[in-house]
Amino acid sequence: MAWETVIGLEVHLQLATRSKIFSGSATNFGAAPNTQANAVDLAMPGMLPVLNEQAVAFAVKFGLGIGAEIGKRSVFDRKNYFYPDLPKGYQISQFEAPIVGRGVFEITLSDGSTRDIGITRAHLEEDAGKSLHEDFHGLSGIDLNRAGTPLLEIVSEPDIRNAEEAVAYLKALHSLVTYLGISDGNMAEGSMRCDINISLRPQGTETLGTRAEIKNVNSFRFVEKAIQHEFDRQADILDDGGTVVQETRLYDAERDETRPMRSKEVANDYRYFPEPDLLPVVIDDAYIENLRKDLPELPVQKRQRFTEAYGLSTYDAGVLADSRALADYFEAVTKRCGDAKIAANWVQVELLGQLNKSELSIGDSPVSADKLGGLIERILDNSISGKIAKQVFEAMWQGEGSADEIIEARGLKQVSDSGELEALVDEVIASSAAQVQQYLEADEGKRKKLVGYFVGQVMKLSKGQANPKMVNELLAKKLV
Amino acid sequence: MAIDRNEIEKIAELARIRIADGQMDDVTERITEILQMVDQLQAVDTGSIEPMANPLDAVQRLRPDVVTEVDRREAFQAIAPAVEDGLYLVPKVID
Amino acid sequence: MHTLTVAQLMQGLRDKQFSSTEVTQCLLQRIGELDAQYNSFITVDADRALAQARAADQRLEQGQTTPLTGIPVAHKDIFCTEGVRTSCGSRMLDNFAPPYDATVIKQFHDAGAVVLGKTNMDEFAMGSSNESSFYGAVRNPWDTGRVPGGSSGGSAAAVAACLAPAATGTDTGGSIRQPAALCGITGLKPTYGRVSRLGMIAFASSLDQGGPMARSAEDCALLLNAMAGHDPLDSTSAEAPVPNYTEHLGDSLEGLRVGLPREYFSEGLDAATGECIQTALKELEARGATLVDVSLPHTQLTVPTYYIIAPAEASTNLSRFDGVRYGHRCDDPKDLHDLYTRTREEGFGDEVKRRILVGTYALSAGYYDAYYKKAQQVRRLIKQDFTQCFDEVDILAGPTTPGPAFGLGEKSDDPVSMYLEDIYTLAVNLAGLPAMSVPAGFVGGLPVGLQLIGRHFDESRLLNVAHQYQQHTDWHLQRPDSAAGGSN
Repeated sequence: MAWETVIGLEVHLQLATRSKIFSGSATNFGAAPNTQANAVDLAMPGMLPVLNEQAVAFAVKFGLGIGAEIGKRSVFDRKNYFYPDLPKGYQISQFEAPIVGRGVFEITLSDGSTRDIGITRAHLEEDAGKSLHEDFHGLSGIDLNRAGTPLLEIVSEPDIRNAEEAVAYLKALHSLVTYLGISDGNMAEGSMRCDINISLRPQGTETLGTRAEIKNVNSFRFVEKAIQHEFDRQADILDDGGTVVQETRLYDAERDETRPMRSKEVANDYRYFPEPDLLPVVIDDAYIENLRKDLPELPVQKRQRFTEAYGLSTYDAGVLADSRALADYFEAVTKRCGDAKIAANWVQVELLGQLNKSELSIGDSPVSADKLGGLIERILDNSISGKIAKQVFEAMWQGEGSADEIIEARGLKQVSDSGELEALVDEVIASSAAQVQQYLEADEGKRKKLVGYFVGQVMKLSKGQANPKMVNELLAKKLV
Repeated sequence: MAIDRNEIEKIAELARIRIADGQMDDVTERITEILQMVDQLQAVDTGSIEPMANPLDAVQRLRPDVVTEVDRREAFQAIAPAVEDGLYLVPKVID
Repeated sequence: MHTLTVAQLMQGLRDKQFSSTEVTQCLLQRIGELDAQYNSFITVDADRALAQARAADQRLEQGQTTPLTGIPVAHKDIFCTEGVRTSCGSRMLDNFAPPYDATVIKQFHDAGAVVLGKTNMDEFAMGSSNESSFYGAVRNPWDTGRVPGGSSGGSAAAVAACLAPAATGTDTGGSIRQPAALCGITGLKPTYGRVSRLGMIAFASSLDQGGPMARSAEDCALLLNAMAGHDPLDSTSAEAPVPNYTEHLGDSLEGLRVGLPREYFSEGLDAATGECIQTALKELEARGATLVDVSLPHTQLTVPTYYIIAPAEASTNLSRFDGVRYGHRCDDPKDLHDLYTRTREEGFGDEVKRRILVGTYALSAGYYDAYYKKAQQVRRLIKQDFTQCFDEVDILAGPTTPGPAFGLGEKSDDPVSMYLEDIYTLAVNLAGLPAMSVPAGFVGGLPVGLQLIGRHFDESRLLNVAHQYQQHTDWHLQRPDSAAGGSN
């Protein structure tokens, strides 16, 4: 049977606050175990939570970023369960009255089409600690540094239909939250973790099938693989006439499979109730407007502006607007050189290519936007050819200075002196009798191809420094 | 509301409290008495009254996002039952 | 020296009639000699107390005094004290010495007080008789065959027996007022949020409130001056300004309107106790107050409402006791589940387990609406009863308890009848109001307490009424025979 996949995602986003959501402990990643766990985080007797204002502001910014309803009176609840990485025996979360209500989020797929994914809600909660399974004589070790790190749990509607959409949704979300500056989005450090709710139903039907929840998938690639694997698993069961069991599963990246989580075998009863140590969070319109006023231009708006103001393709605009840093870089290059299309091309091809190869982020680029803009200026004023420009870029990457300095030092300035060029052209024609003959006998269409040989020879003679446009013009004049 | 042994066992499991077999009947009886007493509430018509979680109906104050804590791991772990390499030790955790 | 009030001790220390070291030594000696018959202390750290007293004497010498410099107090063992065992009356925390002080402890320290020790209490403050302590029952100084009340029974007994001039207590459903009544001392439960809960081990977060227990209203005012105030580390702590609580003690009661909730004088109230209360009310009338008949129609519902909300909150507040980071841990757990269930089986006593189970049940799927939500709705009705009364009157007055202290073991097998002992005190916590218990006579040689209930943050008025009453009565000056011996 043809199955349709129905996917809803729950994303746990670590918010980029300095201190924890309910205590004054630091939230730095990678600190020695339990050195960032204070009395509140350790649930020492008598300790009480106090809410971090930045966590609230970040959550509201997110809500504004997706045009969602903002919960003007949101309530924290206790979610009760026992687990060693949960020191209080309950997680402080939001259940009935979340801080962010319904919203919609637009994603763009690889074919350029867009889809709206509904956001059910987003709520604030605290992260748990970590259980380390390295063997301590058959025991586990508990590190509570992460306990109390603020999380925004973003819950989508079951609007996602396949792995590509899921990844596009996550990437767009990643882009949005880093634009907003509410999360560092560092997936390798667990700043964005994803639970996947997935079920199948016969193509063309509306009723939802039984779902499985896959916990804690931590990279775009794993999301894709986990969905693929889970689709295969469920389809096999259903094709054999079986039924899918509602359960929580874990994606094992090493074996590329999902398997049931043993700790979740017994259905839990979380006994949610309003956290009596915290009071309702009440925010007013002035507070919301204040945050709205300071919102940066968001990816969707930026993409649109890039196509309209710079005439970029939707694809190019999408790549360049993907991260705020890259978009800012691109705009700085454009500002310097004055040509957005060439700037877009250089940023996407040369710069991103080098960055990817060196595994660097845009912020760490050894070539500044200003320098790249300076290089493009030299292409535009015909000082150098595009090919030479690539050499100059390489040199800039190695830290040899600005484009002008490198062109000067290496003597790469394009030959545009017509006398000098004419001599070169004459020399090539003189030494290529056979090709000249062939050219003269060819029809118009073929000639266009054949002229490339002469251009190449001239460029070779000039060590790439001949102005290709002028060479073409000279050849056209002389090859008659 | 009547409560049977089975339900007591379920609650005890949720609360992670072991109840010795010999005490089960006594515990069930006591809890039943308490629940019978609190069942008086069932007769009250509370309609659309808003539940009151805080006696002052106060609202939450917010704390500035400032790191105020220093590392006191040594003091905290000095009173812990089992630690090693800065970690709290527990029987093997299974995901 | 041991019978002096806090106010008298302050005067004596200032006038150099005696030193803090002498007072502290005297009280420590009395504790050593007499406390075996009361069991009111769990931990006494004589060396630490004397060191603090000597330091206080130095400050007195240098004239660098703070309000309570050199005044010895005892703290309920629910307040965390850095480096000193804080057991909460439980085996679970028998080995627990927190690396921090509760805000209340810091406040007393900042005010210059000397800590005599930590007082006995019902386990995790759950009880009305002090029989549920892991450290054994506390005995009532007026009759050591009877209970002192609970859960702050150790503090009440210690103050009544003149082992300490004053002590801290906490009140979740009457745990300051009821033992104060049964032991013949003065106790004040402040408005919810008036005293910080940070470092006070939680029983029921929306009901718990710390307060002073002493031998006079004036002393309670002096202690409350040190304890009250906003704590930025407690989200439920109130920001309302803190007055000087001694300022209005001397005000006249002329024109005061005192409401008598009819439900507090109906069946269930011991007749002789009722007579004591009536006499006390006549005294207030004689001082110029007008008595007004009022009604708190939902009084009968306070017991079931409280016994859902308090256990529900407690059931999750006590989840942190899991044997992982501090406190009791069972031997050789075979797996994680065994660690949890056996640690908690061994660490908690019967009453605590019962309340955790009831609370877990009230919050569990399918029962939440019928129990917890319903109780929170009725709670609003109970609060509204008070709001309506306070439109008409300034304070409410009535008995603190249905009768005097009952015998040890008399109700310990019958939780429900024990719960009904709290009928007059629970509503105050549900509504978050301030209330006091003031000694108002004796029945068969056992003290009776007059309860005064005020508007939110109107502690000054309660203290004023109680003080004026004590200026014209001497019930609060009576001392139990059992405390007559010992050092003085």
